[in-house]
Amino acid sequence: MEALVATAVGVMTAAGIFLILRRRTFPVILGLSLITYAVNVFLFATGRLALNAPAVLNKYEDVPYTDPLPQALVLTAIVISFGMTAVIVMISLSAYLSSKDDHIDMTAQDCVDAPGEDA
Amino acid sequence: MSLFLIAALPFLGAVFPALLIRAGRNAAASAAGLTTFLALAGLLIHIPAVMRGEVVTARFDWIPGLGLNANFMLDGLGFLFALLILGIGLLIILYARFYLSREDPMGQFYTYLLLFQGAMVGIVLSDNILLLLIFWELTSLSSFLLIGYWRHLPEGRQGARMALAVTGGGGLAMIAGMLILGNIVGSYDLSVILQNKELIQASPYYMPALILILLGCFTKSAQFPFHFWLPHAMAAPTPVSAYLHSATMVKAGLFLMARMWPVLAGTDAWFYIVATTGLITMLLGAVIALFKDDLKALLAFSTVSHLGLVTMLLGFGTKIAVVAAMFHIINHATFKAALFMTAGIVDHETHTRDVKRLGGLRHLMPITFTIGTLAALSMAGLPPLNGFLSKEMMLEETVHTTWLHSHYLVPGLALLAALFSAAYSFRFVGHVFLGPQRDDYPAHPHDPPVGLWLAPAFLVVLVVLIGLYSAAVVGPLVAVVSGAVIGGEKLPYYSLKLWHGFTPALYMSAVATLGGLFLLSQHKRGEQVWNALPRPEAKVIFDAIVNAGTKLSRWVTDELHNGVLSRYAIIFVAFTVGLGYYAYTTGTIGVVTRVPLPAQTIPIIGWICLVGATLGIMWFHRNRLLSLVLIGVVGLIVSIAFNYLSAPDLALTQISVEVVTMILLLLSLNFLPTETPWDSSAGRRWRDAAISVVAGLGTGALIYAIMLRDFAFPTISDFHLANSYKGGGGTNVVNVILVDFRGFDTFGEIIVLGIAALIIFALTEAVLSSNVRSYLLNRKPHWPQSGDSHPLMMVVVTRVMMPIALMVGAYIFFRGHNQPGGGFIAGLIVAIAYLMQYMASGYTWAIERQRFYYHGTIGWGVLIAAATGLGAWFNDRPFLTSDFGYLNWPPLEEFEWATAMLFDTGVFLAVLGAVMLALDSLSRFAWQPGMAQEFPMDINPLRDDPPEEEQEKEQV
Repeated sequence: MEALVATAVGVMTAAGIFLILRRRTFPVILGLSLITYAVNVFLFATGRLALNAPAVLNKYEDVPYTDPLPQALVLTAIVISFGMTAVIVMISLSAYLSSKDDHIDMTAQDCVDAPGEDA
Repeated sequence: MSLFLIAALPFLGAVFPALLIRAGRNAAASAAGLTTFLALAGLLIHIPAVMRGEVVTARFDWIPGLGLNANFMLDGLGFLFALLILGIGLLIILYARFYLSREDPMGQFYTYLLLFQGAMVGIVLSDNILLLLIFWELTSLSSFLLIGYWRHLPEGRQGARMALAVTGGGGLAMIAGMLILGNIVGSYDLSVILQNKELIQASPYYMPALILILLGCFTKSAQFPFHFWLPHAMAAPTPVSAYLHSATMVKAGLFLMARMWPVLAGTDAWFYIVATTGLITMLLGAVIALFKDDLKALLAFSTVSHLGLVTMLLGFGTKIAVVAAMFHIINHATFKAALFMTAGIVDHETHTRDVKRLGGLRHLMPITFTIGTLAALSMAGLPPLNGFLSKEMMLEETVHTTWLHSHYLVPGLALLAALFSAAYSFRFVGHVFLGPQRDDYPAHPHDPPVGLWLAPAFLVVLVVLIGLYSAAVVGPLVAVVSGAVIGGEKLPYYSLKLWHGFTPALYMSAVATLGGLFLLSQHKRGEQVWNALPRPEAKVIFDAIVNAGTKLSRWVTDELHNGVLSRYAIIFVAFTVGLGYYAYTTGTIGVVTRVPLPAQTIPIIGWICLVGATLGIMWFHRNRLLSLVLIGVVGLIVSIAFNYLSAPDLALTQISVEVVTMILLLLSLNFLPTETPWDSSAGRRWRDAAISVVAGLGTGALIYAIMLRDFAFPTISDFHLANSYKGGGGTNVVNVILVDFRGFDTFGEIIVLGIAALIIFALTEAVLSSNVRSYLLNRKPHWPQSGDSHPLMMVVVTRVMMPIALMVGAYIFFRGHNQPGGGFIAGLIVAIAYLMQYMASGYTWAIERQRFYYHGTIGWGVLIAAATGLGAWFNDRPFLTSDFGYLNWPPLEEFEWATAMLFDTGVFLAVLGAVMLALDSLSRFAWQPGMAQEFPMDINPLRDDPPEEEQEKEQV
């Protein structure tokens, strides 16, 4: 089981990194989503894997529990990552609509500095 | 009055002039004056204690862990400077009221002045060097505002910038020096540092600390080669010049040298650095001052010269030299402030400060003439004025000083400086007031109103009194101050009096005076020689250095930060991989302690789906819609995996986030291109693939290694498991951690989420109010639109499901504390219930039925969470401590209430609002006029005629 989780994390990380190195906005967004999955599973797995041992206390018998702390961290991470995804989607959408271009790299022409403002 | 209050008063009072200026200029000036007067009165209350040699202190441990204490102390030295700062400040406030014209924003002026005054008082009263550094930087900042007060003048702006760059830069060096000093001693309290002379001077870090601290002092006190900023700061209004350059700002460096004198002075390094710098500055300033035609520039360079004099005396390292230095600080403050004000009066009345256009003013401005002449003669060092006394002492000291075995170098150069000093002082009198009356003054000069000359007149009275009755007027003060500087040791014998007999100093004074008169008589010829000499222009050099620095940083920035995001990304990834490799090759790893769980068939199928979908995304990512479908598969498997691996809360959250993320991405894809074109070369793709594979291998191997080993240290999770029910009143430990143990984190997170949603809203507003709007209204969709945009089946089903979905949300919310669920998940589920309506019945239909604003929902959520947290305070508990209990209402089962539930309500509302606001904003891109439908569905079962015809009719 551990090997499955580890390979899944590795594959998602690799695919995510490959996609964020692309030069258009949409693949970068996809890549970030994949990395988010990978990171969340990674964090979750630092609590070690356990089957049928949710961290919900059982009043009647003594049963083993999985580590609840990484779960709490990952729960908020999932929700926050939605906020992050939404913000980048919005930024790339606005950029595309304003310039009709979805390249993420600025060209040399875009980089021409505004004239110095010092007197 | 407490020292805290004295230091705080100017800062508190700084608010009033800015506010009261609406009530008139007198109100603003009075407010400033009253504040200063109160602080001064508070200071004077301490006279008896200070004169007894006691040290008044006020302690407040601010951040003891960092050694940062708000400690203030008042000894003789601090008292003298505070007296100068507040006393002359009061005179300047009076003077400025009459000096500034109607066009100048006077409220601002007094506010800046009080800020500066507070910072200065803070420096001289601080007993903690970190606190002192803060005030030190504050003086640099507030003096920037004062020097650049006439912001319409380019000289003012440039002068202010130069002063800030030089003194601020020196301040940074001094921070480093002070920190070294604090580390040597082990305390940042001045009173402790001052007790550790041997420790400091024996330390190998003495030299670096000394040089860094002196850099701060020399830049502030305009010592060679940093003297150039001071004349350029003369672009400020004259009251500012008089204040900054006679009594305060430039004296801060001297103050610090005097303050540190007990521990830093006495070494060869101190003598050669400080005394030599002072000597050069004194001579250089005096020579340049003689050839300046601008009255204020003349005074500026003479200030540089006198600062050099005091620096040199401090550098000598002898106790008697300290006495002379302190005495000269008092004298210089009185006559130089008077001279600056005189120059300001002349400028005010004749509209010029050019010495060449002045002369013969003695009959036209008799009062000004008297004041200016007395002050200038004191500066020249003529008896019986106070300048004579301290100059005598200085010359006497130089005679006893040997510099590299030479007995004549220091006295010789000091004499030369005194000679030039006498010459420029005589020139101030001779070329402005004496000589024939002229008829080409730019304005008709006459004596100013009493408000302008009162302050300098008061100072000149002091000049004369100190000169005549020095022992009585300032004798005790000088003794206390000098005693404070040398650290409580016994003072050597000295006497402050006019006549010491025929001493070498007297002969030197005589030579200086006569030589000065001779130099002045030869001024025209001297000026020709001076103008023929090649001189480095400090401003040109400074500007060149600044330009070179700007160019360099711009080049570095452009090279590093060239706007190619994919390059940043690859640098980041490659660097992280490199770090990981470094950790892998240098670190150690424990033995495997855990037995892997067996892999069952169904998880293997899930794994195949996940890996297949991920690889599919990589392969097909150019087809954007397909890759979205595939990423949905990945998300689904991840949620199932969470559920399988004992994390039901995560599974619920992941699946609901998955839904909203998909809707978001689909909505955005509606406007983006549907295909990603090929635009990187094959080589680049292989390079990226190689890096990604290495990173993926590393991450996978790392988590594999972690999962097979137990924790190296005991974890906090056991505490959470043990206390979740007892302390938090809930059995779902994950939820209790979120709303209770780590409630503060959650509180921060809902705020972040709310901010993200507001950013999205703001971006939408900005984009839709630009010309993008017309593009959106006219654009053609990528795909042919469905003929039935709001299918009847879907509309009906979603409306039926709405109450059920809300019920599920409520259920998930309420069980959250004990069973998987909670505010986060409930918020997402309710958001999905609303989104279904948007999708099925259309944006316009949904928005018309919207009863509340999502901004408000976010706000209420955060407020409720905060209020719950604050509630704990009323029970004397820390923020966000929760309380709970159990209720038993028959026939219901026993149920539990907890304040954490209220907090979870806040989380619920914030999540709901944030998700809705984000998606609602995105939907607005698709909105087009005419989409509003009269009826909830495209097809109204009650109507006979089809709606298409209706629409056509409307269009006609």
